Amino acid sequence: MSPGKTSSAVETGLTHLAVSLRGVTKTYDNGVMALGPLDLAVRKGEFISLLGPSGCGKSTVLRIIAELSAPSSGIVRVARHEGEVQPGQVLPGHGIGFVFQEPTLMPWTSVRENVWLPLKLAGVPKADARARADQALVSVGLADFADSFPRELSGGMKMRVSLARALVTDPEILLMDEPFAALDEITRFRLNNDLLALWRALGKTVIFVTHSVFESVYLSQRVVVMTARPGRIQADIRIETVEPRGEAFRTSAAYSDYCRKVSAALAPSYSGQSTL
Amino acid sequence: MSAQVPVTAKPPGAQRAMRLVLPVIVFAAGLVAWELVVRIKAIPPYVLPAPSVIVLTLIKDWAVLSQSLATTLLTTLEGFVAASIGGIALALLFNQSKWVEYSLFPYAIVLQVTPVIAIAPLLLIYLEQQTAVVVCAFIVAFFPVLSNTTLGLNSVDRNLAGLFQLYGASKPQTLRFLKLPSALPYILGGLRIAGGLSLIGAVVAEIAAGTAGAGSGLAYRIAESGYRLNIPRMFAALLLLSLAGIVIYGVLALVSHLVLRRWHESALGKDN
Repeated sequence: MSPGKTSSAVETGLTHLAVSLRGVTKTYDNGVMALGPLDLAVRKGEFISLLGPSGCGKSTVLRIIAELSAPSSGIVRVARHEGEVQPGQVLPGHGIGFVFQEPTLMPWTSVRENVWLPLKLAGVPKADARARADQALVSVGLADFADSFPRELSGGMKMRVSLARALVTDPEILLMDEPFAALDEITRFRLNNDLLALWRALGKTVIFVTHSVFESVYLSQRVVVMTARPGRIQADIRIETVEPRGEAFRTSAAYSDYCRKVSAALAPSYSGQSTL
Repeated sequence: MSAQVPVTAKPPGAQRAMRLVLPVIVFAAGLVAWELVVRIKAIPPYVLPAPSVIVLTLIKDWAVLSQSLATTLLTTLEGFVAASIGGIALALLFNQSKWVEYSLFPYAIVLQVTPVIAIAPLLLIYLEQQTAVVVCAFIVAFFPVLSNTTLGLNSVDRNLAGLFQLYGASKPQTLRFLKLPSALPYILGGLRIAGGLSLIGAVVAEIAAGTAGAGSGLAYRIAESGYRLNIPRMFAALLLLSLAGIVIYGVLALVSHLVLRRWHESALGKDN
């Protein structure tokens, strides 16, 4: 490692960065080294995917960025909400929205109340919060289900509610931890397209964790391939195509080329080691 | 053979009706047999009263018995309320501080495993009788509330807890919007057990107090009737106690169902 070189590169681009990790490691209490050292810089408005085998620490990276977990060493910088912060409007979560692998909804209350939760915790006035919760539900196409209970929804719809909840605070950065892994392929494709549309409309920075090569290539501008434990960056592949991408991209030759390239980068993680 | 309709397939409504009707038939048959045996063998009521005699006694002694029923129910209610509040409050305290939990939990267990019938005479020495009886009901009933609430508060979904942390929820917010709703099904389960147990605690304490020569609850009536060989009244009082227990359980189960019916698996129909 050459700290001098890394820091200058990071610092010159600091204002454009949403997230920067430098030399981040994570060692669990039982001595297992899960992560790193890892350097990662994500520009504002960028859509990147973290791709890697199970247990490579992809989710740990997200949890560290969200401050749900502390790194054992290294520096984490996350761009906070800037400007136009009024009293009573200060939103917690440091401008971060998190979508978990499971929908993680409160089963005892309605869809609207679930989406409303982050605003309620922040003390946003009721009328304002309700309007914003409903707005977020409109943006994921669930306006008609505001009064339903989570158990009355399908898996895909629950995930949409989860997405609406992550968006309701209008975060700068959206962290998504294998959000569509448990869904069937048809639902997943639809949600992929909806997510891309939302990303284009809202201009959020998205860090998307997945173990699907195809999903990562389809969605992201950059695919960051990680090695098996301890997780490091194996390859950083830029996906360039005609924007906005749509179903046509999924069947194009360029898409399969990228998939092959990403799979090849991923291959060393799978061969030889059995960390499952 | 392929066109045969399976004979065993009955509409679900009929099956549910059978589940209600069959126990009633068994009960009725038992009563008739009992009545017949007593009449044919001419067994005197102080040995075994016939069901008809028990019902007549219930009507004849209603003034006394209803008074005793009210007393016992009041004791049960007071013990139940104290156990609910005490159990939930203590569980919340344990949840806030591990040190408090480590310090006090063993004593909660000691209180639970020591038979209340053995504690009752001591309590009657140190406390006023009515208070002692309520305290007995409390001791028996509070542990299930405590342990169930503790279990519930510790069963919060990890991801939801992470979500609350991410959005900077304060401790009171986490308690109110996450922990208590998560624990609600467990708390209601604990209360359902506590309802029946506080009746048992009240009865045990009344019997202990009754032998000391005071009291007017149903259990005291049973003990008193026993001394006077008024066996029909013993049965009548027992019948009332049993009915009271069933009603308490039914009410608490209904409350639990109404509170949870929109979201919890336990309260949802099978076809949902």
